[in-house]
Amino acid sequence: MVTFQYTVREASGIHARPAGQLVKKAMGYTDRITIVNGQKSADLKRLFAVLSLEAGQGSTVTVQVEGANETATAAELEAYMQENL
Amino acid sequence: MRQLNGIAANAGIAAGPLQWFGRCGEPDAVPNAACEPAQEWARYEAAKSRAAEQLETLQTETGKRLGEENAALFEVHRMMLDDFDYNDAVQSGIQLDHLSAEAAVERAGKTFETMFAEMQDPYLRARAADVADVSARLIRILSGKGEAVFAPGAPCILAAADLLPSETARLDARFVRAILTAAGTATSHTAIFARTLGIPAVVGLGDALLEIQNETEVAVDAGTGTVYVAPDAETKAALVSAGEKIQQTQALDCAYFGKATVTASGRRITLCANIGSPDDLAAVQAADAEGIGLFRSEFLYLNVTSAPDEETQYLAYRKALEAMGARPVVVRLLDIGADKQVPYLQLPVEDNPALGMRAIRLLLTQRELLTTQLRALARASSAGNLSVMIPMVTARWEIDAVRTALHEVFGALDAEGVPHAAQIPVGIMIETPAAAILSDELSKAADFFSIGTNDLTQYTLACDRQNAAANAFCGPYSEAMFRLIEMAVKNARAANIWCGVCGELAADPAALPRLVAAGVDELSVAPAALLRTRRFIAEQCK
Repeated sequence: MVTFQYTVREASGIHARPAGQLVKKAMGYTDRITIVNGQKSADLKRLFAVLSLEAGQGSTVTVQVEGANETATAAELEAYMQENL
Repeated sequence: MRQLNGIAANAGIAAGPLQWFGRCGEPDAVPNAACEPAQEWARYEAAKSRAAEQLETLQTETGKRLGEENAALFEVHRMMLDDFDYNDAVQSGIQLDHLSAEAAVERAGKTFETMFAEMQDPYLRARAADVADVSARLIRILSGKGEAVFAPGAPCILAAADLLPSETARLDARFVRAILTAAGTATSHTAIFARTLGIPAVVGLGDALLEIQNETEVAVDAGTGTVYVAPDAETKAALVSAGEKIQQTQALDCAYFGKATVTASGRRITLCANIGSPDDLAAVQAADAEGIGLFRSEFLYLNVTSAPDEETQYLAYRKALEAMGARPVVVRLLDIGADKQVPYLQLPVEDNPALGMRAIRLLLTQRELLTTQLRALARASSAGNLSVMIPMVTARWEIDAVRTALHEVFGALDAEGVPHAAQIPVGIMIETPAAAILSDELSKAADFFSIGTNDLTQYTLACDRQNAAANAFCGPYSEAMFRLIEMAVKNARAANIWCGVCGELAADPAALPRLVAAGVDELSVAPAALLRTRRFIAEQCK
């Protein structure tokens, strides 16, 4: 399993539109991807679950990737989040 | 005459017959028994594809009418349709509980609506309406009903228990004079779309609205959130004439869209907008601003648990610069002090925060705040036409210190190979009597002046802005303050730098003629006041 941490900078947090795009991105991978915010965690491929994390600006989330391509997937997701969130 | 009060969602005045928004897609009582799961699941899948098609069309149409930003909502609706958990919930209703597809969708919808409605974040709470919207669409398709169409035939006041986002997006502004809803908040999509469509709206009127019969005459003052039911002739006439006056004025103001700002005697003035965050950029574009004369950077620092990092700031500044293109964007360095709640800055309690460690004093004390902000600004500078403005200057060395810090930032970025604009103009706020009095000397170190009339008034008159009783002694049009402004403008002219005004007086008809006569080159006002100010300058200022 590969994990990385990310602090949300987007002013509106991981909310409707950015969350939708992030989930869309995650769905492109076969690895199992989990996102954790404090006590709550969610499958990154599930929009409602990701929204229910209530990850606003400034919150630090942990992303865990598990699967055949976990290293590459984690790196790509981290880069995507740096660029968009 | 009865009176209802709700939340003002979009100001405006309207009167007319009330028409209830009838939904033909409300779910009927759906029989649950004797459903063949495989068949119901197939019906659900078919309804989902149809719903996705409808949403795609709606997104395209809304994009044309309300802009891409608003239309993106319906892309989120499409993603909700595809959500695993939502589909799981529907599937378990159909497979395990043998519900009809309609009943399963209704139950799943309610579950997720409740989940969002119970969230802490007001923005996420509002997403409950989106889940309801998506579920209602599916049920409508499953039960073979068309989309709800509001076609009153004549202009009316629309009333609804609640409006779904997709319903508001499709309203015809020609026939809807105002929107009234029992539910809703000022941040709901109904409110946002109403503002974009320019339809006056009052939301959150509560159950009292539901008692009003179809065709009842109502008058609406959406600015105050008041609805008059069966208004007497006098009330109605007063409101209607006020409404007509507003409309006429707005029409006259709008004629100045796309025009240069020129005084009656032909002198050109640059008319810019004040903004508090990149969220205001749409309003800036809609107001036809010639630039951003004051971008307050405080929003980045408030309501967060630690100081915003360089990247966060960079993204916000770049967004504004890209949106404005070649037009100037003046970002004011952090103007914050002990009167604001920013725990992570650990500001000691002060007896008199207005005279304490705020703005440039704080930046030159906690230097990492200044360095981070300047680095973010310098990196963003290649995206557009950036200027930096120092708040609360009282002496020349403060300008020199910021210039030195900026120079060091440039050096560091060059060493890292990070691009930045070759030059970033550094100007100052004239908001203390000291800055106005020393403006001849400060003009040698600053690239421009922008006069903050709110603080300049309070500091000149020794009169707290928040103290209503004291303000009775010192109005906003103090002769002492005007003389300080005239002094600053004169010294700016002598040094060949531009001088603007970004305080409230810049949009105040009682002060504008004198500011323009003093020779200001630039005015920066709230986006909503921009076209009105441009017209006033053309018609009333020499």
